[in-house]
Amino acid sequence: MSTLEDFRRETRAWLEANCPASMRTGMPDGELVWGGRTVEFKTEDQRLWFERMRDKGWFCPDWPAEYGGGGLTPEQNAVLESELRRLRCRPPQINLGIWMLGPVILEFGSEEQKRELLPPMARGEIRWCQGFSEPNAGSDLASLKTSAVDAGDHFVVNGTKIWTSYGDKSDWMYMLVRTNPDVPKQQGISLLVVDMSSPGIEARPIDLISGKSSFCQVFFDNVKVPKRQLIGPLNGGWTLAKALLQHERRAMSKFGEFSLPTHFDLLSIAGTYLPAQAASSPADVALRQRAYAMAMDEMAYSLTAQRMGEEARARRNVSGLMSIMKLVHSEQEKDKFEVLVDVLGHRALGWEGDAFEPQELALTKAWLGSFAQTIAGGSSEVQLNVIAKRVLELPEGNSGKQGK
Amino acid sequence: MSLVYSEEQQLLADTAAEFLMAKSPVTAQRKLRDEGAAEGFDAALWREMVDMGWSAIPFPEALGGLEFGCKGLGAVFEQIGRNLSASPLLSSVVLGGAVIELAGSEAQQAAWMAALIGGDKRVALAVDETPRHDPAAVALRATRAGDGYVLTGTKAFVADGLGADAFIVAARTGGQPGEQGGISLFIVAADAAGVQVSPMKTLDSRNHATLVLNEVRVGAAARLGAEGEGFAALDAALDRGRVCLAAELLGATQSLFDTTIEYLKTRVQFDVPIGSFQALQHRAAWCYAHLQLARSTVMAGLAAMDDPTLDAATRARMASLAKWKAGDAAHRISREAVQLHGGMGVTDELDVGLYLKRIRVAQASLGDGDFHVQRYGDLSTAEA
Ligand SMILES: Cc1cc2nc3c(=O)[nH]c(=O)nc-3n(C[C@H](O)[C@H](O)[C@H](O)COP(=O)(O)OP(=O)(O)OC[C@H]3O[C@@H](n4cnc5c(N)ncnc54)[C@H](O)[C@@H]3O)c2cc1C
Repeated sequence: MSTLEDFRRETRAWLEANCPASMRTGMPDGELVWGGRTVEFKTEDQRLWFERMRDKGWFCPDWPAEYGGGGLTPEQNAVLESELRRLRCRPPQINLGIWMLGPVILEFGSEEQKRELLPPMARGEIRWCQGFSEPNAGSDLASLKTSAVDAGDHFVVNGTKIWTSYGDKSDWMYMLVRTNPDVPKQQGISLLVVDMSSPGIEARPIDLISGKSSFCQVFFDNVKVPKRQLIGPLNGGWTLAKALLQHERRAMSKFGEFSLPTHFDLLSIAGTYLPAQAASSPADVALRQRAYAMAMDEMAYSLTAQRMGEEARARRNVSGLMSIMKLVHSEQEKDKFEVLVDVLGHRALGWEGDAFEPQELALTKAWLGSFAQTIAGGSSEVQLNVIAKRVLELPEGNSGKQGK
Repeated sequence: MSLVYSEEQQLLADTAAEFLMAKSPVTAQRKLRDEGAAEGFDAALWREMVDMGWSAIPFPEALGGLEFGCKGLGAVFEQIGRNLSASPLLSSVVLGGAVIELAGSEAQQAAWMAALIGGDKRVALAVDETPRHDPAAVALRATRAGDGYVLTGTKAFVADGLGADAFIVAARTGGQPGEQGGISLFIVAADAAGVQVSPMKTLDSRNHATLVLNEVRVGAAARLGAEGEGFAALDAALDRGRVCLAAELLGATQSLFDTTIEYLKTRVQFDVPIGSFQALQHRAAWCYAHLQLARSTVMAGLAAMDDPTLDAATRARMASLAKWKAGDAAHRISREAVQLHGGMGVTDELDVGLYLKRIRVAQASLGDGDFHVQRYGDLSTAEA
């Protein structure tokens, strides 16, 4: 049994030998690799990095090896994460299954479900989407209506899901359904996993202000779902959903660490677009100052992420820190893009074409995309409710339920 | 670079917390204020702090220190902030001691370090002249005269200046105000001819002074370090002070935050605790988030001071980050604390106002937010 230091040395050596140089830069727009039945690579390096990490079991390094994971201890996993960060390795793939559903199946799934669902997930063979929100159930997720009716060996699902990111490109969906309409709303919900190629499912993309249409509304018309695809107890889905949302918050705050999808370096952009200090007008000075302050806030955030890791390793309670990460990161990103748009001035107002640099167009899209971050995965207001009640233990009021 | 206190540092923090709660709670500061204590601190308490070894924490063993690092100091300053305890630990030991450690000759170190660590003498650092902190803006002149110098000019806002045995004075021997080159450091005895010290009564009731030097003659042996090259040591010493002050701000803010959350839970209006109102919950939650961000930067700043592998620019950046963010969180939270306490918040009876006043002074000391944002940005872009 090697010590943690040996493990660090071996890991560092392996990553240095196996992570191609082109996979050690910030992630340019559109270069994410999505795991799934039809995984696509833009470059040979992407494929190499994907395959090497997959074969090492490091898509989900801390899952048990018997379910296709890397079998690392939490300490080893932390070492791996810090070494990945040190080399600035890109994530080899993006996979909601691994980030959110996998841990829930590990905790609540049956042995059979673990053996069936986890290994393909761990190899990045299935692309998952999340079917939680509905047109009338967003923050108030528990009021969802899509129904699953018991029909012997299967359920029949009817209804609609909305804001399903990549609903049209995913292989499977994990979804919340109402299995009992006659009890208080949290108590009649179940968690199902569904093959998106099942008859009766249709996913229609919705355009966003940033132009990308990764978003879908998904319709279910008498869709048959085998009963063995129910995760956890019947009508017990709310507990699983809450666990899953915890993983989602963590994953979303990690987006920042991996600098996804495109990292814009405030200080260097301010250096490029603002006039030299000597030639600065008072307005330039003020804007430069705003950009610097924003960069400092970003630094404060990443130090907080680092501190959270260290406190967890020292076995201190980090739930308070964890609860602020998603809020802080998404709000900071939004503010940061406002500053960047100001710094670029007219250069940030392009939509497409040669009149603007690709980097400028990407920044504009990222600015528009940043609006979604404070809504997706639980809005900022809902995060604030959670902090107030769970962390600060402020009294329950009638002015707002806890929400998603 | 670790962002959590080690077990020893935590132990030090716990001891400091216990000691200060017993010997120097906020009521003691209120008493000092009401009595108009000239030096702004309690000399007997300062002696006890020295006896506990706090003044030896940051220095190398060779100089009589405990070599326990800035992180250890930070753990103490956080508790000092929580209790608003006044003492010359920052002015005389952290700042004065650092200048002598970093710029002093062996003879100067021999003359001063033991006395500073032992609390037998104290020095005050005289840097600022303009309304806002800017060590490069030094204009006070030192001109060569024989084998010594003559110093003339005025320093403002000298922390713990009243009753100091000597001043460490940043003076210009060359260059222009605004330039880092041409600044020299001198140690000037308080009783030297031409030295005049007068109180600057500040809203935190601490000891601040105006220092007027009127053709004060000092020998060459009074100069710390090479002529005209004092800025680097001065700035490095200031950085130590900045992170310690950031830790003090953090402690004060944490205390104010805790009090405010408690108030939200107990104050009833409209038949419910006011903490059940979402408008207040969200503001409290934001305060919590900023407090956490500030804590991370303070820990990073303290750790950076202790890390010999970092270059001066990186350390300076981390000090600026800590001072800025701790000040920023303190500012937000102290304003919210007053507002959320309603009418009680603006009375002198509650301690909230004492915290608000100390925070405001600490925010402006050793560089306000604007100063540190500019410094951080310049240091970051110069590197690239
Ligand atoms: C980019 C993106 C990706 C997404 N991906 C998915 C996905 O893959 N799968 C999925 O299921 N869903 C997804 N969502 C949906 C997302 O979870 C919901 O949009 C979100 O929970 C908010 O719900 P809503 O849009 O219905 O807004 P509403 O709940 O209608 O909220 C409207 C406003 O009211 C505020 N509000 C609501 N309740 C409260 C309260 N109790 N206190 C204070 N303020 C409140 C909100 O903060 C918001 O400002 C995604 C959303 C986005 C933007």
